[in-house]
Order: sequence, then C-alpha cells, then structure tokens
Amino acid sequence: MTLDHRHQHLQELRSALATLVYPVQYAADLPLRIGRWTSEQFTTHQTLIARNARLRAENLRLQGRMLRFEALQAENARLRALLDTSSRVREEVVIAELLSVDLDPFRQQVVLDKGRVHDVYPGQPLINAQGVVGQVLEVHPMHSIALLISDPSHALPVRIQRTGLRTLAMGTGNPKRLELRFIPPSEDVRVGDMVLTSGLGGRFPADYPVAQVVHVERPEGAEFAVVQARPLARLDRSREVLLLWSRRQEQAPEPSLEGASPARTPQPGSAPPTEADPQGGEPQGQGEGDA
Amino acid sequence: MPNPAAPLLAIPATLVLALGLMIMPLPEWLSPWRPEWLAMAVLYWNMALPRRVGVGTAWIAGLLLDVARGALLGQHALALALIAWIAIRLHQQVRFAPLWQQAITVGGMLALYLLVILWVDGITGHEPGTWRYWAPLLTSIPCWPLVFVLLRGVRRRWCPQLA
Repeated sequence: MTLDHRHQHLQELRSALATLVYPVQYAADLPLRIGRWTSEQFTTHQTLIARNARLRAENLRLQGRMLRFEALQAENARLRALLDTSSRVREEVVIAELLSVDLDPFRQQVVLDKGRVHDVYPGQPLINAQGVVGQVLEVHPMHSIALLISDPSHALPVRIQRTGLRTLAMGTGNPKRLELRFIPPSEDVRVGDMVLTSGLGGRFPADYPVAQVVHVERPEGAEFAVVQARPLARLDRSREVLLLWSRRQEQAPEPSLEGASPARTPQPGSAPPTEADPQGGEPQGQGEGDA
Repeated sequence: MPNPAAPLLAIPATLVLALGLMIMPLPEWLSPWRPEWLAMAVLYWNMALPRRVGVGTAWIAGLLLDVARGALLGQHALALALIAWIAIRLHQQVRFAPLWQQAITVGGMLALYLLVILWVDGITGHEPGTWRYWAPLLTSIPCWPLVFVLLRGVRRRWCPQLA
C-alpha cells in the first residue's frame, strides 16, 4: 500500500480521507484561534487607534510606491514587446490562512484553508510579504497541503541577484536554512547576497525574493562550495500566505497605464507543464549550476 | 441504564480525541516530544476489548493519522496494525500486570511502532536523521498510566457489559 501511494494511485482515497479528517484538524486548531480572538477582543481602544494610524501611514507609503511600480511595469512591458520577449507573467493572488496543525515534525508541510473549490491547483506557488514560502502539494475539496521550501525534498531553482549565478535552493529540514547547491568554488558568492527565484522549472514566477546568503565555505579540494542561506519568509511564524496564480501575458501587451488588477481569473490548467516534481525534487534542472 | 449505542460511540470518540491531540499545535520545542496518544488509545482498547477493537480498527485509525499528519498513506496504518496484533496476542498476560509493567510492555510496542515508521521513512528518503525521532517514546511511557486510567473510566462508565 505504501508503494502504491508512490505511484499516485490512491489519490482519490487520500482526498476522501483527508476531507473526513479536516474537521478534526479544524477543531485541533480552534483553541489557538479562540485564544487569538480573545486577545484581540481585549485590545484597548488606544492600541487600536495607534495601530490604525500606523497602518494608514503605511498604506499611503505603499500606494505611493505602487504608482511608480505600475508606471515601471508598463514601461517594462513596452520594452519587452520591442525586444519580442513577451513571456512575462501577470500574477493574481488570494490570501490563504494556515491552520496551525502540527504535521509530522520532520516534514515541512502546512495545511491551508483553501482547496479545490477555491481553484487551488497542485504545484501552485505560495508567497508571503517577505518572500517565497512553498508550493501546494495536495489539493482537497476544502483544504490543501503545501510543502515549504525548507523541506529536504524541495528544490527551488534560484539565481543570485548580484551576479545572476543560477543555482538550486534545497531545503534542509530546518526552517531557517536553505542550501545552495552546485556552486563551483571559484564563483563569486558573498554573505549577504540576495537569492531570487530564477523562474526556471516553470513553477515559480521569476524574481521573487527567496533568501539571503548567510554562510559561504570553500572546502579545500571540494568540487562545490558550501553555501547556506536564510529564507526571508519566516516559515515557522507566518500565519497567512498568498496563493499565486500566474498567467502568461498575451503576445503584445498594450502599453497603456491601466494597471488596475483584473478580476482574478484562475486557470488551473495554465500551470506550465514542467518536470519539477515536489516529491523527487532532484529533476529540477539538475545541472544548471555546474555549467 | 446505559444506552446500548454508547459503546459504539464512546470508543470512536476517544480515538478521534486522541487523533486531535496528535495534531494539536504545540510550541515548537515541545512538538517532537508529543506522546503517541493515538497509538496508546488503540493499544488500550485492543487489550481491554480485544474482540471489539481489533487490527482493522487499528488500521483505520492509522490511516486517518497518516492523512491528518501528511505522512505516506499506510505508514502509520501498517505500524499500528502490527502492534495491535501483538497487543491482542499478549492481552491475557498484560491486562492484569501492574501499571508500571504494562507501561514497559507498551513502551516496547511503541518502540516497534516507531521503528516500522522509521523504516518506511528511510525507504522513501525521509530519514529524520536525529535522535529526537525517539523522543515520543520517552514521553509516552510515563503517560501510559494516565491513558489507562482515563480510558478505563470511559469503559466502565459507557461499556460495562462488553467483554
């Protein structure tokens, strides 16, 4: 039966059982929810006013930046159209809440409160305000299970922002560490370098921040350098994540400024076919780094 | 006068409660030390009512645990069914032993249970690679008297007529 599962024959059974278990998972999460709700109820008036003012200021600042961002995006699209490389994706997001249910402590998985009825699809990227969080592994009718980038079986194609060097970010099982693989010792990698998604493998859109390099070691005579990075998204803390729907833009994006984000039109089928496999991890462009 | 349907509800209710305890969020440092509540509940019922709660129940409970914890389907089911079978074989000897002896026997079965799960994890490339994998064993053994007394209360209250 265990082997059967490796070949995905039992997907429907698993989905049915998962739906059966979901109420238990929800109930197990309830005490925490109630605790948070009560503490919110008893927040003082002053705290609320202060928080409100802070959020309003932040909103204003972000909106100001957004204005420039939209102008830049339009310009970028126009330039790309000139260069005939119009394969940029446009993204739409939906907020999903994590049920803080403890799964196996030795696997880095989380339960999301969005499922098939919300058009979630397997392999869907997951981000939060700081960076990439993971990807959806299994989709059930009302909920789904996602794999974090720190799971040892997860590999994420990334590049280093400063040098453009492409590599793979492998999970280590520790939510505060990723390992960058296949970097030759002669490459220029420094502590503090930002790591972004490279968009190779087709599952994650390019240029989302992933991690920051915290440790570089070049062992004598070793084939590759040992590079470790700390994920920017605090994987063990976040309570809310964003589900990302990517959509290929049409051939010639109109160079207008109407950046008002379109109504979310998720296309579960539009996940580009890819060899990336969250279980196996390895096939995601193995040899990229050692060219 | 107990309701005749009570035992049919009481046993699954304790198992569902144990399942809830298995996935209840704990602080991060405490999480690896979580006792194996579900396995202990299944073992108790196996030894107390071996003709009612058998290997099949253990297997189903294990399957639900697999799904709830996102493990490989059948992993906990296999391990639980195996120790349930052993518990049913041994129930005559264990049932009347003093609590501390029971706790040791149960500890042995739980070690086997964890070993089977570790074995499957190893085959599928998920070795935890740390001694803390065995931590639930250390916390489960002291918890056995508690589980035993609580579930015995449930059994005497709601299913006294069953053997």
